[in-house]
Amino acid sequence: MADPMRIRASMTGGKVEVKVLMAHEMETGQRKDAQGKIVPAHFIRNVTVTHAGRTVLAAEWGTSVSRNPFLHFRFSGGKAGEKISITWVDNKGEKRTDEATISG
Amino acid sequence: MIAMRVPLVAGALAAALSFVAAAQDETQKGIERYRELLSEGNPAELWEARGEELWKAKRGPKNASLEQCDLGLGRGVVKGAFAQMPRYFPDTDRVQDVESRIVTCMVAVQGFTPEEAMKNPFSTPDRPSDLEALASYVAAASRGMKLDAPLRHPKEVEAFRVGEQLFYRRAGPHDFACVSCHGENGKRIRRQDLPKLNDPKEARRIFTTWPAYRVSQGTVRTMQHRLYDCYWQMRHPQLSYVSEASIGLMVYMAKYANGGTINAPGLKR
Repeated sequence: MADPMRIRASMTGGKVEVKVLMAHEMETGQRKDAQGKIVPAHFIRNVTVTHAGRTVLAAEWGTSVSRNPFLHFRFSGGKAGEKISITWVDNKGEKRTDEATISG
Repeated sequence: MIAMRVPLVAGALAAALSFVAAAQDETQKGIERYRELLSEGNPAELWEARGEELWKAKRGPKNASLEQCDLGLGRGVVKGAFAQMPRYFPDTDRVQDVESRIVTCMVAVQGFTPEEAMKNPFSTPDRPSDLEALASYVAAASRGMKLDAPLRHPKEVEAFRVGEQLFYRRAGPHDFACVSCHGENGKRIRRQDLPKLNDPKEARRIFTTWPAYRVSQGTVRTMQHRLYDCYWQMRHPQLSYVSEASIGLMVYMAKYANGGTINAPGLKR
């Protein structure tokens, strides 16, 4: 089970500013271990952010995104006290969903 | 608007690094900017969170949580404890740093054997280290406070002397000592600045930012690991985890770093 994300969402200048830190090893599949065997690729493929039933961000990621990725974006139409939900799915089908409340 | 900071920043850094020596100041600025951007999303937060969970979890043969642990300010007090380490602890009759003290508590409070408690001090990609997480959590609880490591008890003074001797003692096939790299201002190794660790200005900036997330290693590393790695780089015999030697060196650095503001876990290359 993957570790939870750290999500900060706050109102700035009428928009919702979201900062997300995800715990993921993001293996590229090009690294070798101490025995010389290739470490299998393991990375987040899709990230989806929803707010009040609509998708505000959908991203397709690959192996060039760093380990423990940090995502920072803004969107319009949110208000303090409302919730956002963030989901990632990786190439092994593992997923993790976390929610956060938008602060004022 | 979407801004994926990590890849963009990494690109900027790579571009910055492609300048030659003439543009060193520019490069330095680029690195500062890179650090500034990343500090908004320091992955060490994930370690802090895991450390907090571990701290509060009932574990070990005694099924107890580390909330019973005395980090120097009384049982269960975490806030501010890191700002007064390393220090002398009467119950163990030793000077201890944060990691050594966590090990003591895992043994005394939770009933682990010392071997179990210390079996995995440094993580690998497929094997996270509880000690790195716990140290991050304890350090973070003193963020913003001034470092005030005591140097009064005879054992603390003795540890300082041990650290001072080791700092200057040249040895090994390269005839290196800590002072070879950390004894002058303005030195660097390749592109990495080397702090003069007995200069308060430098020590305050450096000592107070460990443990730190190492971007190049994708994990949090502790001061114990930093020293262990320095010893390996000097080709000295392996520095044992939480050994008297390692703590002596920390007491030595802490004396010069005292008064600096704790900003740990930090973020480093």
